[in-house]
Amino acid sequence: MTAVSDALAKAKADNRAALIGYLPVGYPSVELSIAAMRALVEGGVDVVEVGVPYSDPVMDGPVIQRATEHAVRAGVGLRDALQAVHAVAEAGAAAVTMGYWNQVERFGVARFATELSAAGGAGAITPDLIPEEAGEWIAASDAAQLDRVFLVAPSSTDARIVSTAAATRGFLYATAVMGVTGARDRVGTAAETLVGRVRTLAPDLAVCVGLGVSNGEQAAEVAGFADGVIVGSALVRCLLDAPDEAGVAAVRTLAADLAAGVRRR
Amino acid sequence: MPAENVPDLSGHFGPYGGRFVPEALVAAIDELTAAFHETQADPEFRAELDRLLRDYTGRPSPLTDAPKFGEHAGGARVLLKREDLNHTGSHKINNVLGQALLTQRIGKKRVIAETGAGQHGVATATAAALLGLECVVYMGEEDTRRQALNVARMRLLGAEVVPVTTGSRTLKDAINEAMRDWVTNVETTNYVFGTVAGPHPFPMMVRDYQRIIGDEARAQVLERCGRLPDVVVACVGGGSNAIGIFTAFVPDEGVRLVGFEAGGDGVDTGRHAASITGGAPGVLHGARSYLLQDENGQTIESHSISAGLDYPGVGPEHSYLHDIGRAEYRPITDAQAMEAFSLLSRTEGIIPAIESAHALAGALQLGRDLGPDAIILVNLSGRGDKDVETASTYFGLV
Repeated sequence: MTAVSDALAKAKADNRAALIGYLPVGYPSVELSIAAMRALVEGGVDVVEVGVPYSDPVMDGPVIQRATEHAVRAGVGLRDALQAVHAVAEAGAAAVTMGYWNQVERFGVARFATELSAAGGAGAITPDLIPEEAGEWIAASDAAQLDRVFLVAPSSTDARIVSTAAATRGFLYATAVMGVTGARDRVGTAAETLVGRVRTLAPDLAVCVGLGVSNGEQAAEVAGFADGVIVGSALVRCLLDAPDEAGVAAVRTLAADLAAGVRRR
Repeated sequence: MPAENVPDLSGHFGPYGGRFVPEALVAAIDELTAAFHETQADPEFRAELDRLLRDYTGRPSPLTDAPKFGEHAGGARVLLKREDLNHTGSHKINNVLGQALLTQRIGKKRVIAETGAGQHGVATATAAALLGLECVVYMGEEDTRRQALNVARMRLLGAEVVPVTTGSRTLKDAINEAMRDWVTNVETTNYVFGTVAGPHPFPMMVRDYQRIIGDEARAQVLERCGRLPDVVVACVGGGSNAIGIFTAFVPDEGVRLVGFEAGGDGVDTGRHAASITGGAPGVLHGARSYLLQDENGQTIESHSISAGLDYPGVGPEHSYLHDIGRAEYRPITDAQAMEAFSLLSRTEGIIPAIESAHALAGALQLGRDLGPDAIILVNLSGRGDKDVETASTYFGLV
């Protein structure tokens, strides 16, 4: 059992959804991004997704792009993400990396699994890696006993939901709306339908919903039907608006609002 | 696996290719793959495509002897496959007509495309106008400046051109933005991809729509010369014109296949776009292939005087042909390409695209090695009208 499964089980025992917060390492600096991740934990986040900045983030919208472009220019990469994972684990939350596949390939898949595990990480979310291409990662994550989080989308067929769930460990990441990352005014209705399909097709797996949540009210709405609520762009926005200690404080405040949201029933 | 039997069912060319895409796109690319296989076996679809290629594009494109240019290539016989004479001015239309018909077949009304030099964007805008599809073209802001004429052409054809201001503001970033559009609008939109890169089925599909270049040229060379060429050359950015002319010759073991990459200021300067010569295998834009990347796996920005070759990746089949030794890949610098550009214009009265000038510069090198008995087939993939301003600045003509 990894720290992620632990966190999800604990939340379930409390009769609430888990809260998962994303921040990229390296924005505004490696140091401040790690401070902001600690603030997430202090605010009540159960799992931290440590984003690995990448030069070609085809799944990210403008907010995350702005932050990660800055980090890429500063030379931030996977090594810094492992440092952040270590800091999050020390702060008492579960940590997973969230990054594009080429960086893991370049680092070495087996080496990544070993070092992620050594840093106290629970696993990795791989948004541009589908199970069919993941043979090496499945072997390495098995060997290191890491979670591997694959994604499902509203367009996924039933057959693909079943096969993707079978390759997944930790939780299944349901993308709530079609599209790139970014805060939205309304949480898509597609999310609830998708979660319902996953529950029927893969009843034993936790399913967390991402893309679009930006405040406690929306978090409460998603918490009504999912095992976990994933928040990214709205947190990154805090740091873009104030790339300093004030931004870190804003992250803490928003995390607390979201944490209250997942507890509202 | 023999080179003529790739890719496998899941889109792999040896260790290259595959599908490194968000799950949200898988259903759409599965649908596209199935529709592609279905239409390739459908005589009605093929007949409609053949009709458009003949009556609209002007195929078959001619094969032109270039004897005065050949004098500078060690006296070798240089034959030019004239893709520059296609409607819209390059080989890009071959693929686009296929994909646009396929879009109709799967019932989508909107197409998006990326473009570097603008040739693929112009071809897509053209096909969209012809078939009544809504068309949005993503183009790096830097390229909209370098290829302003093509921006105007696309807008005349009724397409929306979106300048992309992220990253290096060139082709790589235009592809990123087009992929974001596709993920968001996949239910209504088909992505008409311009080269033999990207996730499966694009490398296979674009190759199969472009292989008409080599199929025609092989028969034309045999008819004119009574034998196959010694070497077939093409420029390689993403690599669609090169795959297009190579494919028919892959089983002909005696025929050398040489792709010329954009060497920019020189591969040793780091300012180039020669992915195979100067890169390493990795994953970019949905497939595993050679690419320019740093030790962290970040894509390195490419440099070339030619917008159409200014791309840090290359199609996975080229990586495979390179590794198994079936094709060779060499760099041509900006200066060498511009010299060949000028030479073909003056000796043969043909102004080539700067992209194609890289293949011409390669033919000059090979001819000098091989001598006067050699037959060199060059894919003249596009015409240079769009490059007159760049050339004018480069040579100080006005």
